[in-house]
Amino acid sequence: MKYIDEFRDPHLARKLLANIRAQSEQDACFMEFCGGHTHAIFRHGLRQMLPPTVDLRSGPGCPVCVTADADIDRAIALAKLPDVILTTFGDMLRVPGSHGSLQMAKAEGGDVRIVYSPLDALQIARDNPEHAVIFLGVGFETTAPGVAASILEADAENLDNFYVLSLHKLTPPATRAILDAGEVRLAGIIGPGHVTTIIGSQAWEFLPQDYGIPCAVAGFEPLDILRAVASMVEMVEDGRPAVVNTYSRGVRSEGNPTALGIMHRVFGMSEADWRGLGRVPASGLTLREAYARFDAALAFPVEVGPSRQHTGCRCGDVLRGVVEPPDCPLFRRVCTPARPVGPCMVSAEGACAAWYKYGEANV
Amino acid sequence: MCLAIPTLVTSIEGTTARAEVGGVERAISLALTPEARVGDYVLIHTGFAISVIDEEEAQETLRLLEELAEFYTDEMVAAEMEQQPGSAPGT
Amino acid sequence: MSEKILLAHGSGGQMSHELVEHLFLKYFDSPILARLDDAAVFGVSDSLDLRPETLNLRLAFTTDSYVVSPIFFPGGDIGKLAVCGTVNDLAMGGATPLYLSVGLVLEEGLLLADLERVVASMATTAQDAGVQIVTGDTKVVDRGKADRLFVNTAGIGVVPAGVELGGDRVRPGDIVILNGTVGDHGMTIMSQREGLRFDSPLVSDCAPLHGLVARMLDALPAPGGYGNPPRMGEELSMEALRCLRDPTRGGLATALNEVAGKSGVGIEIEEQAVPVRDAVRAACELLGLDPLYVANEGKLVAFVAPEAADTVLDAMRAHEYGREAAVIGQVTSEHVGRVVLRTPLGARRILDMLVGDQLPRIC
Repeated sequence: MKYIDEFRDPHLARKLLANIRAQSEQDACFMEFCGGHTHAIFRHGLRQMLPPTVDLRSGPGCPVCVTADADIDRAIALAKLPDVILTTFGDMLRVPGSHGSLQMAKAEGGDVRIVYSPLDALQIARDNPEHAVIFLGVGFETTAPGVAASILEADAENLDNFYVLSLHKLTPPATRAILDAGEVRLAGIIGPGHVTTIIGSQAWEFLPQDYGIPCAVAGFEPLDILRAVASMVEMVEDGRPAVVNTYSRGVRSEGNPTALGIMHRVFGMSEADWRGLGRVPASGLTLREAYARFDAALAFPVEVGPSRQHTGCRCGDVLRGVVEPPDCPLFRRVCTPARPVGPCMVSAEGACAAWYKYGEANV
Repeated sequence: MCLAIPTLVTSIEGTTARAEVGGVERAISLALTPEARVGDYVLIHTGFAISVIDEEEAQETLRLLEELAEFYTDEMVAAEMEQQPGSAPGT
Repeated sequence: MSEKILLAHGSGGQMSHELVEHLFLKYFDSPILARLDDAAVFGVSDSLDLRPETLNLRLAFTTDSYVVSPIFFPGGDIGKLAVCGTVNDLAMGGATPLYLSVGLVLEEGLLLADLERVVASMATTAQDAGVQIVTGDTKVVDRGKADRLFVNTAGIGVVPAGVELGGDRVRPGDIVILNGTVGDHGMTIMSQREGLRFDSPLVSDCAPLHGLVARMLDALPAPGGYGNPPRMGEELSMEALRCLRDPTRGGLATALNEVAGKSGVGIEIEEQAVPVRDAVRAACELLGLDPLYVANEGKLVAFVAPEAADTVLDAMRAHEYGREAAVIGQVTSEHVGRVVLRTPLGARRILDMLVGDQLPRIC
């Protein structure tokens, strides 16, 4: 597959690893913000091939994992309403809320359907005029513009049965929150490649400017990730932090202005509740007044009880990079992919799921 | 947030297009990348093209990697790998 | 275990296994069942005396239900699937399949033309496979109570003397051979699902494999001279073929894990050696799925003693359903009960059993 296979070349990967090893002298802990990077790193076995001086930590870049319990509970409550079809991305199906999951809501008779695109949810709305079709909007800046475009399409068609429950979140504020908390000494951030196609590499300039650490925006193939690590090791060793766009085939400095325009036309910023980070100002997207009639939160106010507190679950700490999954007392013993306590174990991108599924670094 | 793959735009009709990868074709929306043309490669995420791939930049990236590869001979790679306990032997 | 039955209980992965172990085995107390092979193999005698020393014939007996949707898909239909599936379970036990039963549960409103199409397909498939459908049953349920139709097939076959196949017979050093590409069936079905539709050259690999298995067994002489006499200087015997599994729901990864568990061995697989069609690879990348967990309906994985591997591989490649047969890995005494994958980069990581359902993801 073009632009995928070339960036998986094992021969070039070994050279990049040699380059990293040759350069890396100081201990450096880099956070890969994005869950997709965590998944790719484990899938290709990159962790075990990096030198011991380079430590990679997972960040909160798993939109499923950072969705707060109360929001999951809200989604489940909506799924159980009569004449509602709840459409969602597959990742959200098994995430445990305070009492059960969307999958269990489905088993109990809720009409929950997996879609690949918000456009599919739109089509379901067209095909089922007597039902209210609610789309569960989860995802960061990569996903939100598409959801916004779908709302614009629904608006242009005067569809009256399409709704979005927006749980969309923004990545730079979350990154700031982690750095401000100062719990982990991070030497750099591996920037989320696909989010950055939208927001542009310049959106990460605050990292060298305000925090003095480098950021290499990375794609998702092994060579992309290794190149980003190599670039950051170089900047750490030289003491010259900057933003480097190593995913230049997809990312531009200014991002995708069309997508940003559509996103900001439909959504405004608000504070949002992040699992692990708590309330983060200006980090969530809510539908603007002009599109309020598509807002599921307004059209279907549901009461949700107090969120459950599962003592022992350290998803929040894992999401902030404070601990690694094996440090959580529930990891593997109580919390497994078959019986997940927290979303980090159930989401395909969750750090705990990656650690559990792909095993320890050295087999 | 992360899963987007490069696909080839094979036809366009208004804001929708057909995109192909590995013989698999799907309808996609160009609402976020109206500048895309037939023959372009685009990154698609949840049914939307989010970026047009810059072919020159892709080649440039690969070229940089090849340069790096020339600098690191196979002997140097083997030497580096040997210093690491537990790493997989090169094939 | 969860309180309610979830779709994941039928996916062939860990939850399916738990249901079998904790519910069915608990109540159905049979040592034959407890072996949990694809088909039950047991001895009978013509004297109705069931003492082991009187048993002079071994039969294989199996059953499967088919609930696939849509019922017609590229490469087959629910009827063809049912016949092949049962024939293959018998073949995995080393049996020559002889007779099938068919039980149909029809949804009120099903078009007679569709039923006829399915029945005609079953007849053709059975004829091609050399088996007869000799008994059956039909029930009709209210509209909405069966997704158009459900099919159950049971099959019976004879296991020739000298053939001993079982999930617990695999030993360190054995070679793992696959007869062709993986992921074809599951991705073909996935491509037809609402919300996930895409056009592709994908075709289900649904096929009866007992002819291939017979060819493989024929290549190995039986101890004591059954069939062809052992070749001079060679120590091959039918025992060299230890185990056959058809990786259906749960995919190749799950089947390998089952064998590793039952035989108390470790298995190491070379990722690059597993054949996958470009279209399957692309479809999996699009949806964030892993071909190693996708269902197959015309594939088998064989565990072969090292001295017989070349012979068996040659025999497979000479057969229409084994043209792309490949060695994909080896059995080891390390990491007992676990399967390890060697990535193209040379790193090694765990290849776990499927846990719930493999869900398409956005991240």
